[in-house]
Amino acid sequence: MLNDWLFIGIFLVLAPIFPGLAIVITRIIAPRKPNLLKSQTYECGIQTFGDTWVQFKAQYYIFALVFLIFDVEIVFLYPWAVAFNQLPLFAVLEGVLFILILVTGLVYAWRKGALEWV
Amino acid sequence: MGDPITLIAEFIRGLLTGWGFSSGLVTLILKFLGVGAVASFVLVLDILLVWVERKIVARFQDRLGPNRLGPFGLIQPIADVIKLLIKEDILPEGADKVVYNLAPIFPLATVLLLWAVIPMAPTILGSDVNIGVLYIVAIGDLGTLGIIMAGWASNNKYALIGAFRTVAQMVSYEVPMVIALLIPVILAHSMGMQSIVDAQSVWFVVMAPLAALIFLITSIAELGRAPFDLTEAESEIVAGFHIEYTGMKFGLFYAGELLHALTVSALMSTLFLGGWRGPFVEQAPILGVVYLFIKAFFVYYVIMWVRYSFPRLRIDQMLNFCWKFLTPLALVLLIVTAILDKVLAGAATSVYILSNLGANLVIAWVTVQILVTYAKRERQRVGQEREIASFRKPEVEELIAQEVVK
Amino acid sequence: MTPITIVFLITAIVTLGAAVMVVTARNLVHAALWLILTLFGVAVFYVLLSASFLAVVQVVIYIGAIAILMIFAIMLTRRVMQDTGPTVNQGWWLAALISIALFGGLSWMLSTWIGFDTNMPQLSQGADSLQQLGQALVSPNAYILPFELASVLLLAALIGAIMIAWERK
Repeated sequence: MLNDWLFIGIFLVLAPIFPGLAIVITRIIAPRKPNLLKSQTYECGIQTFGDTWVQFKAQYYIFALVFLIFDVEIVFLYPWAVAFNQLPLFAVLEGVLFILILVTGLVYAWRKGALEWV
Repeated sequence: MGDPITLIAEFIRGLLTGWGFSSGLVTLILKFLGVGAVASFVLVLDILLVWVERKIVARFQDRLGPNRLGPFGLIQPIADVIKLLIKEDILPEGADKVVYNLAPIFPLATVLLLWAVIPMAPTILGSDVNIGVLYIVAIGDLGTLGIIMAGWASNNKYALIGAFRTVAQMVSYEVPMVIALLIPVILAHSMGMQSIVDAQSVWFVVMAPLAALIFLITSIAELGRAPFDLTEAESEIVAGFHIEYTGMKFGLFYAGELLHALTVSALMSTLFLGGWRGPFVEQAPILGVVYLFIKAFFVYYVIMWVRYSFPRLRIDQMLNFCWKFLTPLALVLLIVTAILDKVLAGAATSVYILSNLGANLVIAWVTVQILVTYAKRERQRVGQEREIASFRKPEVEELIAQEVVK
Repeated sequence: MTPITIVFLITAIVTLGAAVMVVTARNLVHAALWLILTLFGVAVFYVLLSASFLAVVQVVIYIGAIAILMIFAIMLTRRVMQDTGPTVNQGWWLAALISIALFGGLSWMLSTWIGFDTNMPQLSQGADSLQQLGQALVSPNAYILPFELASVLLLAALIGAIMIAWERK
C-alpha cells in the first residue's frame, strides 16, 4: 500500500514545480518596471482609501461552521458505506438514525434563519 | 499485448535492473517517470482545452472563434501562453510578497494531483489507493485554500470580499457533493476508484441518475463556472479574488479552472459512466484511455453547454439552492439507496437495478412537484403589489387634499 | 536508515518547524498558514503508519474545514494587514526551558517502553481494514453507542454554535 502512496508523494513534490516553472519564466523574461502609479490596488477607478479590512459579516462564519459539522458527519458515514455488504439490516438502520439526527440539526438551522444570506 | 505503457515500463525496468540498480531504486525511478508522463500529458491537454473552449463558445454564440493562427486557430493557445509569459509582473503595494507569489500555484497543482488516482485503463493507473473518493475531496479542499490566500494577499478589499464569497460558495456546495459521492461507494462497496470502475458492469448513471445529476451540479458550482460564477462576474465584483494578478499568474488561475473542469468530467465518467469500460477493453487496454476521454469530453461539452445557456444566479439564490434543496435531496437519496440495497440484498441483478432506477425516478418526480409548487408561490410573492416609498409627508398630503377639495 | 525513516525524519522536522513558526509568527494569517503545514505533516505521519483513511480525513476535516474556519475568523475580526506586535513576553526563556525539559523527560520515559525498538507490525491490506472499521462502527458489541452519541454531540455543537453566532435580527 505504501507503494501507492509513494506515487502520490512524488506527485506532491513534482506538481508545484510546473506552475512554479511558469512563474519563474515570467520573472526572467518579463519586463519589471515598478512604478508608484502602476502598483496602486484597484478600487473601481478611484483612489483607494481606508484600510483593507472587511466588515464582520456573521454569515460567512455560520456557513463555514455548518459545513464543518456536516463534513464530520459524512466522514463518519464513509466506513459504514464501505462495509455495507457485510452489515445486517439493523446496522443500516443505525446509519439512517445517525443521518436523521443530523437532519434535525439542518432543520433547526433552517428554521432559525441561519441559512439565509442577508 | 495492446498495452504499450506496461510494455515500456517493463522494458525500462529490465534495462535499469540490468545496469545493476537495486529493485527499490528502480521502482522509484519508474514512479518518477510515471508522474512526469501523467503531468505532461495533462498539461498538454490543458493547452488544447483553451482552444476547445473558445471554439465551442464561439459556435454557441453563432460566430467562428479563433481561426487566424494556424489551421482552425490551433496555434492560438500557444500564442496566448507566450503573451501571458511576457506580460509585466506587477506587485500591488502593501501585498504580502510570499503569499502573493505562492497562491497561484495551489489551484493548478491540486488539479494535477487529482489525475494520480483516475484509472485510465485496467492496467494504467497512477496509484490505486483504497480511499480514492475521499482523496478527491481532500485535494479539492486544498484548492479552496489557494483562493483564500490569493484574495487576502492582494491587499484589495474587493479581492478579499470576492475570495470570501468564492470560498463560502465552494464550501457550501461541498456538502451535497460528498453526500452524492457516498452513493457510488455504497453501490460498489469500496472507495477505491479502480474498484468502483470494476463494479460498473451496469453503469451507475443507470442505477443512480439523481446522484450523478447532483454530483454534476455541485461540481459545476465548485468550479465556479456559470451559472454559479457570481464571484468572477465582471459587472459586479470585477473578477473577484484574482483581480490583482497579471500575466502568467492569472494564466495559471485560468488554466487551472479549465483543467479542473476536464478533471471533474473525467471523475464523473469514472464514477458514474463506467470509466474505461467499453468494447474490447480486455484485449487492448489502451482502448480504455480512448473510451475514458470520449466520455470525459462528452461531460465537458455538457458543462460548457450549461455555462453558455443559463443566466447567472444571485448569491442568496445559490446558497438557498444548495442548503435547502440539494442537501436534503442528497440525504433522502442516500437513505433510500441504503435501505433498498439492504432490502433487496438477495434479489436478482435486474430487479436490483430496476428498483434503484425506479426509486430515483420517484424521488425526482416528487422533487419536481415540490419545486413547481414553490416556484408558483415565489412568483406570486414577487409579483405582489407593494408600497412604494413616498416622499410626501402626511401634512403635505393634507394640504394637497384641501387644495383638491377647493 | 530505511527510506521510510528518512521520510519520517524530514516530515518530523518540517512539522515541528512549522509548529514553532505558528507560535512565533507576527502576522496572524501567516500563523494560520503555518498551522496548515503542521496539519499536513500530521497527515503524512498517518500515511507512514498505514492509516490512509485517517490521513485523508485529517486533510478533509482539519485543513478543509477547521483551518478555513479559523482563517475566516481571523480575517473577519482583525485588521490583519498590520504587524500585530511582539509575540513573546519577558519570560520566554523560562517557557523554552520548561518545554525542552518536558520533551527530554517524555523522550526518556518513552525510551524505557518496550515497544520503542520493535518494528511496525504488518497490518492487513487497506481495504480490509476499512471494512473492519465500518463493521466496528455499527456492530452492537463494538462502537455503536459512541457512534450514535457522536451524532448527538455534533447536533449539540451545531445548535450551540448557531445560538451563539447568529443574532436574530
